[in-house]
Amino acid sequence: MNGHDHLYDRTPGVEERESTASYSSYTVGVGLAILATIASFIVSQTHLLWPPGIAVGLVVLAFAQIGVHLVFFLHLGSGSDNTNNILALAFGVLIVFLVIGGSIWIMANLKENMMPMNQMMQMHY
Amino acid sequence: MTVADIAAAPTTVSGELARGRGGGGPASKRTVVAYGFWIFILSDIVMFACLFAAYAVLSRNTAGGPTGRELFNLRNVFIETMCLLLSSYACGLGALSAERRQPVRFMLFAAVTFVLGAAFIFIEATEFARMIAEGAGPGRSAFLSSFFTLVGTHGVHVTGGLIWLVYLVAQVITKGLRPPVLRRLLCWSLFWHALDIVWIGVLTLVYLMGASV
Repeated sequence: MNGHDHLYDRTPGVEERESTASYSSYTVGVGLAILATIASFIVSQTHLLWPPGIAVGLVVLAFAQIGVHLVFFLHLGSGSDNTNNILALAFGVLIVFLVIGGSIWIMANLKENMMPMNQMMQMHY
Repeated sequence: MTVADIAAAPTTVSGELARGRGGGGPASKRTVVAYGFWIFILSDIVMFACLFAAYAVLSRNTAGGPTGRELFNLRNVFIETMCLLLSSYACGLGALSAERRQPVRFMLFAAVTFVLGAAFIFIEATEFARMIAEGAGPGRSAFLSSFFTLVGTHGVHVTGGLIWLVYLVAQVITKGLRPPVLRRLLCWSLFWHALDIVWIGVLTLVYLMGASV
């Protein structure tokens, strides 16, 4: 490996420099991931957070842990050699948010505006 | 880049030109294969997003049946999470050993990955069997249908990953750590890490939110 590494596209899942630093990258990653997991269990099982905020706290911890996995396990970074991988990921994340967020939004709206089921049954007579 | 630059570009592969970006020829096969597999993984995650959306919409529709709070055993879920996380860690170290052409180390890490993944599947299957025996099977309510679909699809992926790992270890034994085998191992490790990322979503949305105080 030498000075013009950045001219090549980075292979997804591979560290640019296969050095002894790689083992420590996985170890740091697994340590952070375990901390985030334990924090999630504590948040969900105690009143450490204000109860209505528990869901938000859990989502924040989940995103933090997904970030740890992407950086330390899949070695996604912000370098120019990683642009293609990040762009593909960004598109995937966009679709995921559209599908999940859109479904929850639409169905909550429907539930709000729909006639209760027992009244709807009476409409048939 | 102007026409003059293109005309002036040397036709031979040079270290100074970006491969895969028009100047130095196509990207290496390894990069192309792994990038294609990365696209597949993202499409797989989009499929999981649909199952997550279905679960998020249906999770309160228990039809008078048991709720997540009554059904989930968080101690087992924590063990499952740790199995999968440490399995992902072992998989990363195994992939690194394979890249460095250390077959014995690779085999050891692959064995650890397999045992932890199999432990995850065993605990999950036991939990499913217990829930079905308690009358909380997928037919009980919309909540349980979406629960079994989402968590079951993840479990099927993990099982598939374990079978794939056995197949790859057999290839390493018979063919050695040759470039085609290394490319397959790279794809498999991407798959395994991605399953761990999906599990973070399952853990948070299904188990922790379903059973939070």
